[in-house]
Amino acid sequence: MKTVLKTFAAALLLGVAAMGVAKADPVKIGVAAEPYPPFTSPDASGKWVGWEIEFIDAVCAEEKLDCVITPVAWDGIIPALTTKKIDLIVSSMSITAEREKTIDFSDKYYNTPTAIIGPKDQKFGATPDDLKGKVVGVQVSTVHAVYAKKHFGSTASEIKEYQTQDEANNDLAAGRLDAVQADSIALGEFLKSDQGKACCDLKGMVAPDDEVLGPGVGAGVRKEDTELKGKINAGIKAIRANGKYDEISKKYFDFDIYGGGGAQSN
Amino acid sequence: MANEAAIINAVARTSLWLQPHRIVLILIALGLVLSAAFFMRWDWLPQYYEMGLIGIWRSLWILAVTCVLGFLLAVPLGLAQATGSFWFAAPAKVFCTVIRGTPLLIQLWLLYYGLGSLFPQYPWIRESWMWPYLRQAWPYGVLALTLSFAGYEGEVMRGAFAGVPKGQLEAARAFGMSRWKAFRRIWLPQAIYRALPTLTGETVLQLKSTPLVATISVIDIFAVSSKVRQDTYLTYEPLLLLALIYMTITGILVFAFSRIEARIPNKIG
Amino acid sequence: MPHLPDLSQACLPPTQPSAVRANNPGATLIDALLSASAAGIIELLSPYPPGWGGTLLVGLLHSIEIALGATCLGLLIGTGGAYGKLYGGPVVRDLLAVYTTIVRAVPELVLILLLYYAGTDLINQALTAMGYQRVDISGLAAGIAVLGFVQGAYSTEVIRGAILAIPQGQIEAARAYGMSPGLLLRRITLPAMLPFAIPGLANLWLIATKDTALLAVVGFYELALATRQAAGVTKAYFTFFFAAGVLYLLLSLFSNLIIGRIEAWSRRGMPSLKEAR
Repeated sequence: MKTVLKTFAAALLLGVAAMGVAKADPVKIGVAAEPYPPFTSPDASGKWVGWEIEFIDAVCAEEKLDCVITPVAWDGIIPALTTKKIDLIVSSMSITAEREKTIDFSDKYYNTPTAIIGPKDQKFGATPDDLKGKVVGVQVSTVHAVYAKKHFGSTASEIKEYQTQDEANNDLAAGRLDAVQADSIALGEFLKSDQGKACCDLKGMVAPDDEVLGPGVGAGVRKEDTELKGKINAGIKAIRANGKYDEISKKYFDFDIYGGGGAQSN
Repeated sequence: MANEAAIINAVARTSLWLQPHRIVLILIALGLVLSAAFFMRWDWLPQYYEMGLIGIWRSLWILAVTCVLGFLLAVPLGLAQATGSFWFAAPAKVFCTVIRGTPLLIQLWLLYYGLGSLFPQYPWIRESWMWPYLRQAWPYGVLALTLSFAGYEGEVMRGAFAGVPKGQLEAARAFGMSRWKAFRRIWLPQAIYRALPTLTGETVLQLKSTPLVATISVIDIFAVSSKVRQDTYLTYEPLLLLALIYMTITGILVFAFSRIEARIPNKIG
Repeated sequence: MPHLPDLSQACLPPTQPSAVRANNPGATLIDALLSASAAGIIELLSPYPPGWGGTLLVGLLHSIEIALGATCLGLLIGTGGAYGKLYGGPVVRDLLAVYTTIVRAVPELVLILLLYYAGTDLINQALTAMGYQRVDISGLAAGIAVLGFVQGAYSTEVIRGAILAIPQGQIEAARAYGMSPGLLLRRITLPAMLPFAIPGLANLWLIATKDTALLAVVGFYELALATRQAAGVTKAYFTFFFAAGVLYLLLSLFSNLIIGRIEAWSRRGMPSLKEAR
C-alpha cells in the first residue's frame, strides 16, 4: 500500500512539474491584470499595450533581456514577486518607504501628480474640507489608498477600496462614489472616455505628501536580485540618454512624464 | 452502576480514539501551531483585532440573512416545480438551471457592476427612495447570495415536495382539510423535514461563498484579511488565520445543526 | 497566448456595424437595457479584434482546460485518497481525514490564495527533496494544481463511497483468484465503482467549471478575468458579464448532455435505477 501511495505522490508531482516546465529562463514582467490605460491595458486580441509596456520592451531590448509580460492580480503583485512568480513589477508602482521594507525598486521612470475627480454636477476641490461627508473611491494597496486614509479619513464619510482602478471609475460613473483619487494621467484617460466625459470632471490635485506618495514610479525587484536591478537601471539610463524614452512618450503624452519631483502616481 | 458503566464506556471510547499514533500526530500539529505562533509575525493582530470582529460579524450576518431569505424563496420554487402547471414550473426550472449553471462570481459582478452601471441612465432611480440602498454594495451581495441559495435549495425542495407520499395528502383531503390547510399542515412540514438534512451542507457551502462579496467592496472577514495582507505585505499569516476562522465557524455550524437535527423526529413519511 | 481562429470565426459572421447604428433613433427597451445599440453589442462581441468575442472564447478555452486538468488531478488524488482512507494505515487515514475536513470547511477562494502562494513553493521543495530539479510552474499548471487539490478532497469522499457500494463479494472473489492489488484496482474496483461514482463526479466537474471563475481573483487568465478586462476596457459591464454568464451556462448544459450519455454507458448491463429501487 505504501509503495502505491508513494508512486501516486511522485506521479502527481511529476505530472504537475511536467506541465509547468518552461523552456528558457525569461524575465517575467509582472503587470496588474486589469486595464490601466494609458500605461498597461489588454487589447481585444489579448495583447498588452500601453506606454509602460513599450517602455519596458525598450529597456529589455537595450539590456538584451528576454522579457515576457505576465499579468497578475494587483492586490497580490508583491507576494507574486517575493514568491518568484514574477521577476519584476512594471505596473505604475510608486516607490515608497513602506514597500521598500519588502522589495527593492529600480530608479524612478515616471512621476506625475495625484488628482481627484468627481461628478460634473457638484463643485468641490481636493482638500480634506472639500471631501467632507463624501464617499471617496481608491484602488487597494496603492499610495492613493494610504493617502486618502491619512488625509481624508477624518472628513470623508467613507473610503472605499476597489480591486481595480476601472471598477472605482465605473462606480463613480454609476453614482456610487462622490470622488475618486488616483494618478492624474490614468484619471485623465478616464475623463477622455465616453463614460468619463458624460459623468465627471477634474476637481483638483491633492496637496503633496512625499512620505506617502513617494518620489515616483519604479520597477519592483526582489531584494536579492541586485543584478537585475542594475540592468534595469542601466537600461532606463540608456533609453533616457538615446532619446528612445522621449520617442515612446511622445506617442502618448504632450508633456514630460518623467517629472522633476513632488507628488505623483499608483 | 449505570453511571460507572457510562464512565468506563467514555474512557474506553477516548482511549480508542486516542491511539498512540494520534498522540504523535497531535503533538506534531501542536508543534506546527506553536512554531507558527513563534516564528511567524503576529504583531499586526492588536491593530486589526476590532476590524476583524466587525468583519466576522458582517460575514455571519450576510450568511444568516441570505440563508433565511433564500430558503423562503426556495419553497415556492420547489413547489412550482413539483406540482405547478407548465407556466409555473418552467420559469422556476429555468431560474434554478441558470443559477446552478453559472458561477456565483459572475452573477455577483453582473448585478453589481453590470446593473449598477445602467442605473445612472435613469434619473428617476437616482431620485427614488431606493437610491441610498442601491448606492451601497451590500444589497447586491445579499441579493446575489440569496438568489444563489434559492437556486440550489429550490432544487432540493422540489425533490422534498415530490417525495412526500401521495397517501398522506390523500388522507388529509379525506379528513376534509382544504387544499391550503393540507399544504400548510401536512405537505409543507413534511417537505421541510425531508430537506433539513441537506441544509447543513447548503449552509456550509453558503458560508464558503460569502467571501465573494469582498470583490464588490463589502468589508467582510475575507476583505479584512486582504487588507492586512496589503498593509503588512505578509502572505501566509492572515490567510492561515482566516482559514482557521472559517473552519471554526463551519465547525460551530455543523455542531449546531446536528443538535437541531437530533431534536427533530426522524421517523416521518 | 493560443488563438483559436477556426472556432471563433465559425461563431459569428462579420458585421457592418456603423451603418446599422446610425438609423436606430428610437431606443428600444432592450437597447436601453444593454446600454448600447444592438449593432454596438454585436460589434463588441464580434470575435475579430476590434470586438472582444475572441478574447472571451480564448478565456472559455482556458477555463475548460483548467477545469479538465483539475478534475483529472482531483480524480487521481481522489482514487489515491479513497484507497488510503479504506485500506491505508492509521496514520494515512488520519492525515487524509484532516485533508478532506480542512478543504471542505474553508472557502475555495481562501484555499486558492493559500495554495497559489504556498503550493508552488511546497511542490518545488518536495521536488528538490526528492532529488528533482526546481521547476518554473506556469499559470495554467498552478491553476490546475490548486483547483485539483481542492477537487481531490471531494473526489476522495465520492470515490470512497462508491468503492464501499461495490458488493464486497466481488473484491473477495478477485483476491481469492490471487489478483495483485494493482490488477484488482484496474480490473475490478475501478470499473465496478464507476456507476456509483459518476453522479457525484459529474457534479464535481460542474463545480470545477464554475470554480475556475474564482481564479480570476488571483489573476489567472480564464473566462471570468477575460470578461472583467473586456468590460473594464469597453465599459460595457452588463453586456460582457451577461455574455460570460451565457457561455458558462452553455458549458454546463453541454456538460449535462455528455454526463447523461456517460452515465448510461457506465450503467450498461445493470438494472435501471428505477428497477433497482
